Amino acid sequence: MTGALLLLLVIAPALAVLGCLVARPGQAATLNLAAGVVVFAAAVPLTMLSRGGPYRYWGGYIVFDAIGAWVVLCAASVYLLSSIYAVGYMRLLGEDQRLPSFYALYAGFALAILISPLMNNAALYWIAIELTTLVSTFLVAFERAPESIEAAWKYIVIVSTGISLALLGTVLFYWNASFVLGPTYNMTWDALHHAAPSMNPTLTVLAFLLVLVGYGTKVGLAPMHTWLPDAHSESPAPVSAMLSGALLNAAMLGIVRYLAIAERAPSGALPRLALVALGALSLLVAALFIVRQRGIKRLMAYSSVEHMGVMALGFGFGGPFGVAGALYHMLNHSLNKSLMFFGAGNMMRTYGTKEIGQIRAVARRFPVQAALWLAGAVAITGAPPFGLFLSELVVLRAGFQRSFAWAAGLMAGLLIVIFIGFLDHFRAMYFAPQDDEVGAAELRSPGAWCIAPMWLALAPLVVFGLWWPQPLWDFFAHTARLLSSAP
Amino acid sequence: MLPTGLDPLASSLVSLMAIASLLLAFVMLGSRWLDNYLYAFAAQSWAMAGLGVAVGWFAHSPELYLVAALSALFRGLVLPYLLWRMIRRLEVARELHESVRPASALVIGALGVIFALAVSSRIARPLGLGGTVAVLALTVMLATMLIGFLMLAIRREAISQIIGLLVLENGIRLGAQILIPGMPLLIELMILADVLAAVACLAVLVRYLLSQFGNASTAQLRRLVG
Repeated sequence: MTGALLLLLVIAPALAVLGCLVARPGQAATLNLAAGVVVFAAAVPLTMLSRGGPYRYWGGYIVFDAIGAWVVLCAASVYLLSSIYAVGYMRLLGEDQRLPSFYALYAGFALAILISPLMNNAALYWIAIELTTLVSTFLVAFERAPESIEAAWKYIVIVSTGISLALLGTVLFYWNASFVLGPTYNMTWDALHHAAPSMNPTLTVLAFLLVLVGYGTKVGLAPMHTWLPDAHSESPAPVSAMLSGALLNAAMLGIVRYLAIAERAPSGALPRLALVALGALSLLVAALFIVRQRGIKRLMAYSSVEHMGVMALGFGFGGPFGVAGALYHMLNHSLNKSLMFFGAGNMMRTYGTKEIGQIRAVARRFPVQAALWLAGAVAITGAPPFGLFLSELVVLRAGFQRSFAWAAGLMAGLLIVIFIGFLDHFRAMYFAPQDDEVGAAELRSPGAWCIAPMWLALAPLVVFGLWWPQPLWDFFAHTARLLSSAP
Repeated sequence: MLPTGLDPLASSLVSLMAIASLLLAFVMLGSRWLDNYLYAFAAQSWAMAGLGVAVGWFAHSPELYLVAALSALFRGLVLPYLLWRMIRRLEVARELHESVRPASALVIGALGVIFALAVSSRIARPLGLGGTVAVLALTVMLATMLIGFLMLAIRREAISQIIGLLVLENGIRLGAQILIPGMPLLIELMILADVLAAVACLAVLVRYLLSQFGNASTAQLRRLVG
């Protein structure tokens, strides 16, 4: 059952890639959307089934465990939402003849993200992550404007450089464990877990730091985040949502898996501390850039840096609360950030600008959409009654509990700064007086395809904010147990 | 890991190849001409393939010959050929915008080697590998990577940056060959395929750069800030 669903998860986007290339151009969007629906429909029962313990397939090269299932679920949700959104949004770009290749790349990107959490071999995981970069580069460059190409170039060069450090760390981990396991072994997460207690501490710390910096580049942790605002702001809105809501989580998973291994080695507190420090720094950098931001999509991008920082803090604090908070935050952020990018994309198309300063009187012109987007903005800054409020609270609690009070205190302070800075931009866009009156008739709201996914993203956020389901809590506790103890 | 008790001939052969690769990295660092980068990169790949053969011979693992042959074919011939075609298509033959002169870059690179040596001996000593070929492998790996980073940081031509990325990858490959020759073949092949795919993607992006900006210098990519 699990195996069949996993196969479905992989085959649906793969078929969509092929279909988009051979089918009539008009059908590409539908095919991609169908793949999104199938992937989501497979991911939900898979998450429930993952409680049955890690499943291994194909001679141990594929693993399906609780935390991987969770990342897959987040990716599948974003893929579905953004595929719906893409149907409406991509029509507005006026690039109809290139849409089939866009959707083929898009499904391929989703495929690469979906398989990376399933990789049981540390080196294959690295390859999957690198593959996501290669595919998404062309999605970032899709609009072919000078800015998009600049963003794509910076993205591929910075991320490839960073990820080469992760490869170095992987090699050092392999070498380190080869003193225990012999020169040739299958470098699965389990094998590393078993070897960890006898690994050399110095080498483990060095290798973990390299992996942290490497995958941290991909996650967008400061100070390696520099590609992120460019790539997120210059790519088409559905791609931004996928980058932020799905890709970053998949890379975060690598850090979490390696952290669990480094924790079992006699390597002291440094690995955890390093992750916490990067998380705190990300929050700081995000806060500084959010307050003075001028581009609407860059604002959302820095908000991603912020939330990745929160997740890094959650996983860094560790313990049941830290892991539960970070995982809950992962899903909430995926949904919420999709909503924000959809709204930003709509506004960008409607007003024809990326500048916050030129988007004015949103509330008066598009009351319904404005209310949705504003609810999303309130949610993403961590205000109740939305899911992110709960998850951030749990992460904070973990920090105070696990002797990281300084980091938790810093996080609380910076979240308040971000709350004020972020919502101030929305105040300006919604209520600030307008300099030059643009004829309201010129501004046309995008169609229902662009609004419906915003509703779909907001609904679960409200539910998760008001009610944390008990099964979810059990799931997180189970995941935290799996991470802290070897399978 | 190679057997620790290597006979003198084996260890000097391996050392020779490793040091030759490091010197070729310095050739790239000290030059301004894109062609020189290219030839030095190709030579480095061949030195690495030779190293792979030597390791395979002394560690008695014939599948390393296959890896070495593929490595020589792709890293030593295919990639240089692709890059050569890219350089021919560009108008520039040399790096115009480096922010550190080659002479100074060489000095920084030398400091990088010293740093790498310090780190490697610090790592190798507790493992009981002080003074063995493992220290050399680690040093060359880290130093080559540092030089790759340096090239990425100070050079502005797109081709230079691609070669910088490839040097990073070569450095890892080099160290891995000596430290973990037992790495499964599948992984080796996947990584090789991945490098090829990455270069292909970068080549397409260079074409975009050319069509939008008229040249492939990344010095002009400065619109997105803040």
